[in-house]
Amino acid sequence: MQSVIQVSGLTKQFNNFTAVNDLSFSVNKGDVYGFLGQNGAGKSTTIRMLLTLIEPTAGNIELFGMNLKTHRKEILQQVGAVVEKPDVYKYLSAYQNVALFAKLSGITVNRTVIMNQLEMVGLAQRANDTVKTFSQGMKQRLGIAIALVHNPQLIVLDEPTNGLDPQGIADIRNLILRLSREMGKTVVVSSHLLSEIEQVATRLLIIDKGKKLIEGAANELFDPSQTIVELTAVDNNDALLRLQNSQWASNLQPQRQQSILLKLHKHQIPQLHKDLVGLDIAVLSLQPRHSLEDYFLQITSGNQHVQAYTN
Amino acid sequence: MYKLIQIELYKIFRRPRTYIAFAAVFSLITIIQFGLKMDGKTYADFMMKDLSSSITIEGNILNGYLVCYIMLQLLLVHVPLLIALIAADMISGEANMGTLRIMLTKPISRTQFMLAKFIASSVYTLLLLVWLAILALFVSMYIFGTDDLFLMKSSYVVLLKNGDIFWRYVGAFCFAAVAMLTVAALGFLLSVFAENSIGPIVATMSVIIFFTILSTLNIPIFNAIKPYLFTTHMNDWKEFFDIQVTENNEAIIGSIQKPEKIVNSILVLLLHIVGFVTAAILVFKKKDILS
Repeated sequence: MQSVIQVSGLTKQFNNFTAVNDLSFSVNKGDVYGFLGQNGAGKSTTIRMLLTLIEPTAGNIELFGMNLKTHRKEILQQVGAVVEKPDVYKYLSAYQNVALFAKLSGITVNRTVIMNQLEMVGLAQRANDTVKTFSQGMKQRLGIAIALVHNPQLIVLDEPTNGLDPQGIADIRNLILRLSREMGKTVVVSSHLLSEIEQVATRLLIIDKGKKLIEGAANELFDPSQTIVELTAVDNNDALLRLQNSQWASNLQPQRQQSILLKLHKHQIPQLHKDLVGLDIAVLSLQPRHSLEDYFLQITSGNQHVQAYTN
Repeated sequence: MYKLIQIELYKIFRRPRTYIAFAAVFSLITIIQFGLKMDGKTYADFMMKDLSSSITIEGNILNGYLVCYIMLQLLLVHVPLLIALIAADMISGEANMGTLRIMLTKPISRTQFMLAKFIASSVYTLLLLVWLAILALFVSMYIFGTDDLFLMKSSYVVLLKNGDIFWRYVGAFCFAAVAMLTVAALGFLLSVFAENSIGPIVATMSVIIFFTILSTLNIPIFNAIKPYLFTTHMNDWKEFFDIQVTENNEAIIGSIQKPEKIVNSILVLLLHIVGFVTAAILVFKKKDILS
């Protein structure tokens, strides 16, 4: 597999604070690479080092097989990025912003190309409106149009769903999937909204306090035999009694008042569904809960945060 | 590089803030011209009151050349503020808007980026001076006509012949351009250190005020540093309006009394420009973009 990003021993210190500590990872061509960590874990600092916004204290970064320090211009011609908030020139229109950054990227684009980019992010109708009239979600999509206008091979999105409503989040998710699956782009996406990353990433890197915790294929990082399913029934007490007397008794977990938890293999969920009908349990909802979020909290320093409320 | 400069100029002239300075210069000059047109004779009489008993002057004293000189004396002190509005905002403004991030992820070198920004702010500075020249000189010449220029210096008077004045204004405006570019370079340097626009604008004006006070203080201990302060040289455009005289005290047409002073001042100002811009580039090249 061809490597697009190869990072080794990357370290960044701000005075006495080590934001990124000896980080190494690689991103392959075609990956949607999820870059995960809590706030302050070092995600943005790492991404800024990949984009030459911050100079590393130590370590080596190679993109497309070239050293970032010595081939900065050639590399950045193939990279499109949205770093945190997609701030653009508010006194210019969406069209003018895309045209300006296309020029900066060293390409000559005509009106059709720019309008196609705006069309792709759903902003063609607002092309001539000044950005100051845009919502946060529209600015985010404009930022992505700007990142894509020069047809880069690698797209880096730092917290792209920040401040977006559910529809905006879904739009960004669909866009990432489209970029990867239809257009064959390599996408690096960082977020602390883990459920979002879970839905798009093919490979993951989880960092905490600037250090790598784990890296690998998304479907390999989670043990499917440890899936937690949350069942809510019309009468939870009655449902619990029936389950305790069934073949699922050994799967029951310490209970909550408002739902029933079962630990099982992901493949057993369809059977459980059938058996619930057989046991005549009136089900309100059945949700697998062992998501990336649980996994993430399990391996990162969750003890630094406010203890979860349970009733 | 040319493309970068084009982009920077495009950005400057798409911003409404840019036109504040042009509007301010227009308003001030129009008001002064209106006042002098309406009540210029009183002003001229007041100016001449100490001399009217000893010399007689014929002709149009309050002509376009004198009006322009009066306005340059008044305005060139304040134009640095208008220049700082843009130059001191060049980097800090981008940092404040958050656009610095997106700009620097594009395949352009930081040195080119900085040079393009400084050149663009220089173009703005020069256009502002051209605007000032059009309004203060050409419009005044049209409204008040032309004649000999009568100037009162601290201990003597200068009378410049009508045909010997225009080139002096060309020289004075060119000198003012170098002086104002020094202000632009200072604002540009200070803008590298901040992430909001107000700080560097205020800092630029504070530095100018501080150095101007040092330049004008007649305290011996400061005399050694005065020649090295850019503020000491910023008003030397006036040297273009001092003329050499013969032994019989006759004016030598086309002469300047101290041309070496003008050359020296230009060199000092140019050195400051190079120093400020180089420092700005060196600092910016090492700067982590955290905004």
